[in-house]
Amino acid sequence: MSTNGFEPQIVAFCCHYCASAAADLAGSMRLRYPPNILVIKLMCTGRIDLLHILRAFEGGVDGVMVAGCLEGNCHFISGNTQAKRRVQYAKQVLESIGVGGERLEMFNLSSSEGPRFAKIATEMTERIRNLGPSPVSRQKKEVVK
Amino acid sequence: MKAGSKLEQALVEGRFAVTSEIGPPKSVDAEVVRRKARLLRDHALAANITDNPTGVVRMASIACGLMALQEGMEPIVQVTCRDRNRMAIQSDLLGAAAMGIKNVLCLTGDHPSLGNHPQSKPVFDLDSLQLTQMVRNMRDEKQFQNGEELNPEPRLFVGAVENPFGHPLQFRSVRLAKKVNAGADFIQTQLIFNIKRFREWMQEVRDRGIHERVYILAGVGPIRSAGAARFMRDRVPGMDVPEEVVQRMAGVERNEARKEGIKICVETIQELREMEGIAGIHIMALEWEEAVGEIVETAGLKPLPMRLAASVSPER
Amino acid sequence: MIVGEQKPLDEIRDQISPFKKVLILGCGTCVTVCFAGGEKEVGVMASTLRMAGAVSGQEKEFLEATVKRQCEWEFLDQVAEQIASVDAVLSLGCGIGVQAIAERFPKVRVYPGLNTSFLGMPVEQGVWSARCAACGDCVLGRFAGVCPIVRCSKSLLNGPCGGSHDGVCEISPDIPCGWQLIYDRLEVLGLLDTLEEIVPPKDWSAGMGRGGRSIVREDLKI
Repeated sequence: MSTNGFEPQIVAFCCHYCASAAADLAGSMRLRYPPNILVIKLMCTGRIDLLHILRAFEGGVDGVMVAGCLEGNCHFISGNTQAKRRVQYAKQVLESIGVGGERLEMFNLSSSEGPRFAKIATEMTERIRNLGPSPVSRQKKEVVK
Repeated sequence: MKAGSKLEQALVEGRFAVTSEIGPPKSVDAEVVRRKARLLRDHALAANITDNPTGVVRMASIACGLMALQEGMEPIVQVTCRDRNRMAIQSDLLGAAAMGIKNVLCLTGDHPSLGNHPQSKPVFDLDSLQLTQMVRNMRDEKQFQNGEELNPEPRLFVGAVENPFGHPLQFRSVRLAKKVNAGADFIQTQLIFNIKRFREWMQEVRDRGIHERVYILAGVGPIRSAGAARFMRDRVPGMDVPEEVVQRMAGVERNEARKEGIKICVETIQELREMEGIAGIHIMALEWEEAVGEIVETAGLKPLPMRLAASVSPER
Repeated sequence: MIVGEQKPLDEIRDQISPFKKVLILGCGTCVTVCFAGGEKEVGVMASTLRMAGAVSGQEKEFLEATVKRQCEWEFLDQVAEQIASVDAVLSLGCGIGVQAIAERFPKVRVYPGLNTSFLGMPVEQGVWSARCAACGDCVLGRFAGVCPIVRCSKSLLNGPCGGSHDGVCEISPDIPCGWQLIYDRLEVLGLLDTLEEIVPPKDWSAGMGRGGRSIVREDLKI
């Protein structure tokens, strides 16, 4: 399958205290990162639920990233470690239905890591671009045709 | 006499009794049972016939008991609560008694999840105490578990087991007393490697005066290798194998291990014989029946209790 | 409460494979509290099945609904129209819910999405544990409030078997020995001597194995 011209859509659930701030910092530092990423700000990645991740894929995105604070640095003590377990479970669900667990990833970073956010966003975009369109959206488009 | 078995006679007469164990085959190979019976009959007074031990399906204990009987080895048929409800157990026991089986050993049974049919439905309609009481009542009260009359009744010498090493430790002598109150005529214990703990338990047993109301046969068995010792220590539920025993087995050359295992067993027997309240020894050879003769001889348990027993007229 | 867990996805997909339009029906009571079949789990199940269908190229439609209690017909009647509009119902209720649907809607195909595991309670977030076997003849009074039927692997009534070690059951180090729990409670309450009594065989006829048991209360009938 050719990925020529394919531009993935990726949702990034980002924690207000770290990843979100890091994304802003990347912007003010005028660092480039792919426009494929749609950032959704959460107060904490502990807010993430399996349903959010599934609904995102069902709605047609090709990849999802969850970005929270470094482990041990959560403002709500354990939100990011809870998110980690939920992401792990969601990966299994996605794998079992043929969407693919590798389309979902969790990252941990601090608010000062603007450059790292840009790097993660670029790498994730690259990963999804290589994987091609999500089988869910691919089928949907064919049905529409 | 309650049942008139050779085991009962020996115990009543105050002779130090030796029992052993026969594991049925995992097939219809009757020769396995017959061979073990021939191997043990000159060394032990009676032999337990295990009932699907460790939850692994094997030939029925009653059937094997009859084969042992034909070979001149008195059987102690084991009955567990795991695979049969009170109806099946009673009906089996009527058949067993009618066919000439005189000793029965009442156990809870290992859980099926530890065996080779882990998906089967565990029964446990009764527990070992209730089973013991039921068998005693069948014989002494001449009644079925439901209270209906049973005539003629099965004359069975009723055994039960106790594990002095199970937890909570404080409850173990209480449980023994309960089993005796329920009707146990004799008790066989779990394999003893931790003599110190066993002594403590026996002290409690004597303090409660239980040893005067029941015949206690202390369980022993030869360890084959250091690996076997470790396996029993770590993997067999309810076993207490002290580090010094493992070290002793590990401390000898590989080809000397079996000899050392027998030596430990004989030493244990000698210590047990000195204890007040021990009426005999139950040797569990665990598929090493060849060792039993040597153990009995080395431990000085001859003259053969079996031959002595044979000279006693078989009356009730 | 009744504790259940979701069946493996493959089994669920297998059960509903012949149907085009399926209602996923949750229950707002026990299985909501144990995160197995409430409104959110209905959403997750619907989303999962829709995507699985899309990926494998099947055109299926999944409706979502959750009622307060699947085990009462009055609540099921509230979704009667939706039930009538689908080829099958995938119930995320317990086994009682599934059967209530079957009884209320004789012509409707209904399938279980959960395995009803036991009667129990949450012991910590994300952990549930069995507490009752619904044996029909409660013995908790005798055993200091700890049930030997359900907490002892062998349902023993006269004390622990020989496999109890360091407080755990012989079948798994993850299972506390029910009898150690009973023993400890009785010790605290100063009631250890009650263990010396022989408990007679239990009357199991009050429990399982009698077809559909019923309780009839004439005083409550209308």
